[in-house]
Formats: sequence, C-alpha cells, structure tokens
Amino acid sequence: MQNDITHRCINDWMRRFYPIIIKSFLTTALCLSIGGCGIQETNVERGNREQILFIGNGSEPEGLDPHIVTGVTEHNIISALFEGLVSEDPIDLHPVPGVAQNWEVFDEGKRYIFYLREDAVWSNGDTVTAHDFVYSYERILSPALAAEYAYMLYAIKNARAFNAGEFTDFSRVGAKALDDKKLEIILESQIPYFLELQSHYSWWPVHPPTVEKFGGMTERGTKWTRPDNIVSNGPFTLTDWKINQRISVKKNPRYWDAEKVRLKGINFLPIDSRDTEERAFRVGYIHLTQTIPLHRVDYYRNERSESSRFDTYLGTYCYLFNVNSPPLNDIRVRKALSLSLNREEITQYVTRAGQQSAYHFTPPDTGGYNARARIEYDIEKARDLLAEAGYPEGAGFPALELLYNTSESHRTVAEAIQQMWKKTLNIEIKLLNQEWKVFLNSMHSKNYQIGRFGWIGDYNDPNTFLDMWVTDGGNNRTGWSNREYDKLISLASKTLAKEERFNHFQDAEAILLEELPVMPIYFYVRSLLIQPSVRGWHSNILDHHPYKYVSLEGK
Amino acid sequence: MFTFICRRIVHAIPVILIIATVTFFLIRLAPGDPLSDEKAVPPEIRVNLETHYGFDDPLWLQYFHYMGNLFQGDLGPSFKYIGWTVNELIAQSFPVSLELGLLALIIAVLLGTISGTIAAVNKNSSLDYLPMSIATVGICMPTFVMGPILVLFFGLYLGWFNPLGWELWSDRVLPALTLGIYYAAYIARLTRSGMLEILNSDYIRTARAKGLSEWRVILVHGIKTGLLPVVAFLGPASAGLISGSFVVETIFQVPGLGRFFVMAAFNRDYTMVLGTVLFYATLIILLNLIVDIIQVILNPRLKYE
Repeated sequence: MQNDITHRCINDWMRRFYPIIIKSFLTTALCLSIGGCGIQETNVERGNREQILFIGNGSEPEGLDPHIVTGVTEHNIISALFEGLVSEDPIDLHPVPGVAQNWEVFDEGKRYIFYLREDAVWSNGDTVTAHDFVYSYERILSPALAAEYAYMLYAIKNARAFNAGEFTDFSRVGAKALDDKKLEIILESQIPYFLELQSHYSWWPVHPPTVEKFGGMTERGTKWTRPDNIVSNGPFTLTDWKINQRISVKKNPRYWDAEKVRLKGINFLPIDSRDTEERAFRVGYIHLTQTIPLHRVDYYRNERSESSRFDTYLGTYCYLFNVNSPPLNDIRVRKALSLSLNREEITQYVTRAGQQSAYHFTPPDTGGYNARARIEYDIEKARDLLAEAGYPEGAGFPALELLYNTSESHRTVAEAIQQMWKKTLNIEIKLLNQEWKVFLNSMHSKNYQIGRFGWIGDYNDPNTFLDMWVTDGGNNRTGWSNREYDKLISLASKTLAKEERFNHFQDAEAILLEELPVMPIYFYVRSLLIQPSVRGWHSNILDHHPYKYVSLEGK
Repeated sequence: MFTFICRRIVHAIPVILIIATVTFFLIRLAPGDPLSDEKAVPPEIRVNLETHYGFDDPLWLQYFHYMGNLFQGDLGPSFKYIGWTVNELIAQSFPVSLELGLLALIIAVLLGTISGTIAAVNKNSSLDYLPMSIATVGICMPTFVMGPILVLFFGLYLGWFNPLGWELWSDRVLPALTLGIYYAAYIARLTRSGMLEILNSDYIRTARAKGLSEWRVILVHGIKTGLLPVVAFLGPASAGLISGSFVVETIFQVPGLGRFFVMAAFNRDYTMVLGTVLFYATLIILLNLIVDIIQVILNPRLKYE
C-alpha cells in the first residue's frame, strides 16, 4: 500500500517534471549550439583571413632556450623566434644570409669571418653584435650550463677542451668579435658543412643582458624565455605560453627582413594524440599536423591527396646487432639476417605511410650524397651463408632476442621480421619490449642482441650518419670496430673537396654494409596533413620550413 | 569537530613523509634517468649534466636535499620542462583539472543521484531497468571510447563543439561529459542500492505513518541517509576527478594535471613524479577528511572519533 502511494507520487512527479527536464535539456543543448556559433568560423578560416598559422606541434616543448633544448618540437618554435648567422633557403635549404650579410672563408676553410648586417636588431631594439654571438658560444660551451648540444660547436677550435673544463679562459677558444659587426670563427679543422651547421639552433645567439638579468650566463632553466622576459632576434616574438595548451608568436616588426614576413602570427598547439590531431585538422582547427594516424593514411592518400604530404625524411630505421654476442659476432650470420629481409613487404604492408626501403644506411640525397653500396635481398644466399656459419636450415641456431621500446608500430615491424626469419631461415627470434627509459638503458649498456634503432640526422650531410660508427663512438652501441672505417671517416673530415670527401664516405659506407653492425630497414617518412591554403611550405629532407616565407591564401 | 580535524592533520604528516620517501627511492630504482636519450651525449657533457643536477652526490644526500626543500614547500625544478618548477607546473595545470573535475562531478552527481533515486523508487519497473541498463553500459564504456564517440557526434557531425582545446567555454562540455558520465553510472548504481535499503527501513515507515508527503519522505528523510554510500565513494572519486584524467586530457587536449602525472613517470622526471604524487596524496587525505565530516552531518549516528 505504502509502496503504491510512493509509486503514484513519483509517477505523478515524473509526469509533471519529465517534460520540464527534457525541455531544459533541449534548451541547454540549444544554448550550447548557439554558444557554439562562436566557433562557426574555424581557426583555419580566421587564420587565413588574418594570416595566422595554426600548427599541431606534437608535444609540449622541453623549453625555448636554444642552448638547452634538444628536440624537433623545440626547433619548430625556436626557429620562429631566433635567427643564426646563416639561414636556409625555403626550397632546398642551401645557406642564405641571415644575421650575417656575407662572409669570407680563409685558410682552406679553417677560418671564417662573418659580416653582420647593420639593421639586425633584437626585439627590444638593441643591435645584434658579434659580441652577442661570442657570448652565446661561451654560454653553450660552459660546463656549468651543461648544454647537451654543446658538441655541435666542437667544430670551433678548442671548444671541446673548454666544454670539458680543461681551461676556463674563453679567449683561447676560436671565436672572436673583431668589432661590433665582424665575427671571426677559427675551426679545429675544415668542415665542409660548416654553413649548414649554422641552421642548428645551438649556434644561434641569445640576448646577453636578458640572460644576465634572469640568473646569469651559466644558469640553467631560468625564466628568461618567458613571454614577458624574452628578447629574440627572429621574424617572430613570443606573446603567450600556456603549458600543454598553446604557444603563440606574433610578427616582429623590428626584424631586419620584416617586409618579407607575410604571417602575422603562429599558434603552436602541443597535440600529443595523433587521432586528436587528425580530428582537429578535419574540423579546420589547425593548418598543419605533425603526422597522419596509420589507419587514415590510405584515406588521405587516395581521397584527399591535395591536403596530405609524404616526404622522405633525414632518418633511418634500423636494427643494431650486438657484434660481441654470439652468433652475431659472425659476419655471415648478420649478413644472412639482412639478406633474408624483404624490406619492400615491410614498407608496403606494415609501415604503409610511404616509407622507402633502405638498402644502405645514409638516406638518399643527404647533402647531395647518394650511397653507391647496396645490401641485397637474396634468400638463397642467406640460407647458404647461414649454413656456412654452421646452422644449415637454421639447425642449432640459438634463439635470439629482439629488443624494441614498447610501441605498437615497433611491435608490428618486429613481428613481421620475426615471421620472415622464421619462414626463410627457420630460426626462432624472441621479441622483447621494454619501456622507453629501460630500453635506452639496455641499449646503452649493450645488454641486447638485436635492438631497434632510429637515427635522425643532425644536419644535412652524410657525416651525421657515418661518423657515429667509428670505434667507441658514443652512439655506436654495437661494439663494432673497424680500423679502415675509422681511417676513412677521419680522412673525410680532413678533406674539403666535395667529390673526394664523398668518395671517402662511399668507401666507408661500403665497409659498413659489408660488415653490417647495423641493418637498415627503411628511411623515415614525414607524413603530414596540410590545408590547401598554406603557401611556401616546401618539402625537404630536414623538414625545415622557414616561417618567413610561409603565407596563407584565404578564400 | 575542531580537535577531530587537527588530529587528522597531525596523522597526515607522517603519511605524507612516508609517501615522499618511498616514492623518492622507488623512482630511483627504475632503470634509466631523466638525462638518458636515444642520442648519446659525449662523456664530458654527461658529467656536466650530472654535476648540474647533483646526480654525482650520494643518494642519501640527494634525499635530504630534496626533503629540506620540500619542508619549505619547494618541489624543485622539472627535469623535463627546463625552466619550469614543479610548483609552477602544478599551479598552472591544477586549476584546469579542478574546473574539469568539478564540472564532471556536478554532471555525475546530478545524473547519478536523480536516475538512481528514480530507479530505486520505481523498483523493478521500466523506470528502474532503463536507467540501470544505461548505467551498466556507462560503467563498461571506458572514457577512451566514450570520448571519441562524443567528439564524432557533437564535434565532427553536428559541429556544436570544438573536438579539442580549452580556449572557449564550450570546450569544457565534451570533456566534462565524458568524464562525468562514467562516474554518473557508478553513482546511479550506488544511489539505487542505498535508497532501496533506506526506503524499507523503520524510520521511513514512521515518517510515512506521520502522514508526511511522499516528497518529503524521499527528498528530506530518505535521500539523506540513502546517499551515504555515494558520499563515501565521492571522496576518492573527486580526488581522482579533480587531479586530472590522463585519457580525457589526451583525447581533448586539455592542459590539466593528469598528463603530467603519467608522463612524468615515463620521462623519469624525478621531481615531477614526486611533486604530483605528493600533491595527489595530500588531495586524497583532504577530501577523505571532508567526506568524513559530511558523513557525520548526514548520519547523526556517526560521531567524530
């Protein structure tokens, strides 16, 4: 009885109030949709109208201090804020005058004098002087700053010793301001790609009074890069920095080439998730993405080719062999493993984003260099070699471990390769994945047998791919060592004539591919989505896009 | 009540200290460190870095150094985000998580208690089955499924909301809904069972016998005790809600604390891990305290111990 009353009462109540609830829900939805009218004009439409670029920038940058940070995400932002002596041509990235109007080369490429342009100023109006550059070099090379990219400047005479704390008098380092506008740099030895090096932010100047004001030259992690504090010399200045949300820059009217700068501003959005980024692109929230989610690659390639790009990138995806770990100490085994790898199948069916199969280590056309040596795909030969090494038909071959860092994409590649080796060589490979930092630890301490490795070039020259394999090189985690190879690399570093130098690299790479401490698999590709309104975004191997040449063509 | 609060706070201090100590040493036990990266740096630079961050000191010294700073409220600099202190990062991202969490909490409590109460009062009728089935689906549906579905429908097809971002007021709706619906489902079920138990109890019968309107019986007498399990659940739930959700923040690109919490561990950002863990621990302790107080207010049979 009591329950009946309850029921009736509640049902009554429902009858009276349900319509009200439903109505209020609908009203809210309506209000929201009206409120949503504010976003009827998308970022892209507004950006096109106002010349403001919206870029999906992957993740939150580690910082904006060009002497501290190390990543590509950071490069994308810092290159809008700062400018080095030399900058890059937007199409083929050849060095064009930046802060330096022109330069002279002496002593067979061992001494450079840069003449800084008169109208190069900092965003607060101060002139950019040669002293600022010397200060910046001293800063990044000071041991106390502990800059990771200090080694990019080891090309300068005595820079390495100064950075290692062997002496403290910076005047002994080969960088000197001859006067306010004249900068002399003396190198340790000739470096043919010295001007290309200048496109790396570790070489860019910082504003000394600002750095001093917020903690001093060698203080790491001070607040001088905050929007209110920063003084920069690039085409844009920092206006807003909300961590994990947005970094905004606006055109710097004091920039010497401001007339050429078409964009009024850029917004960098740190969107971690590929899927979120793709959705953002779809609704016109951003002009450019960092990548395309794998499951959308086919769609964009086939249906929206005008807004997708797949460019070869200066990087190689490969597996390292620990040459001290039997049976990988046998060249024949390493060769058999490489020979039996069907790289075309991997790029076509596994990675699928237009990657190029790698039959050599240095990516094609790295600074004009194309490796002549090739590794082959030959299953018969692979079987023969394996038999020669004492494992006919894979009999008695110990189960090797293949180590990679935990990630869906690395896993699929590893599984495909595991299957290939099983099928062609009849050998068992165990897959082992580790979380990123654990993985790094295992690799650095050579605690692996076969390990995944990816290498992105620091600059557009074969040297960045080949000098790492020298005996005990910091990034040579294979334990491989070859006297002849070391000699060729050292010879190349002392040769200025391009052709001769490249010949040394060719010989070196031939040795590398013959002995195979590293097995190239594919060359990276940079896949991105780009709104058709973006102009001046040229494909190139370093994926550098100087913003001063970029513009938006609105409807 | 005052002494109760004081006593609880005094008890909390050793708890926080133990958490700080355990976390400090646990994170150091994990292989790798904040400085390791795919590209090896030359040994001299590695030495510079270790000296700068004090990694060359013995661990116990680093521990006392950290604890010393902690007592002054300084959580140290982040290793990953150079130039930001952990205090700054938490101060920037916590308000976002708080806002998102509170909105989600409001949605969760409103949806959950209303539908739970309706279901309880209409036990074993369609008004019970329908919301409870929806709630079951809601519990089973993880946020990483719910989020993209909401985005697809409201963001991409209808175009009512941005599919990501935290710039406009309307950007709050989808993340708050995603997070809120999930908790609403739990609360609905808790409310229903709590209310069912209460509606059959003696004092409700007394209330009805006194001739009170059914309205009054349910909304004044019933719900107060019926919601006790919900309130107990809300303590840790709201700590979870307002300290950020990794999944929702990633899907909607919300600049909250949740992503820091998770990513710090992957980056071996020691100070950030410690900072977020301690912050979260303090939050849980505080919210549990508040919940205890609310429970005493709702249920006069309970006393402050």
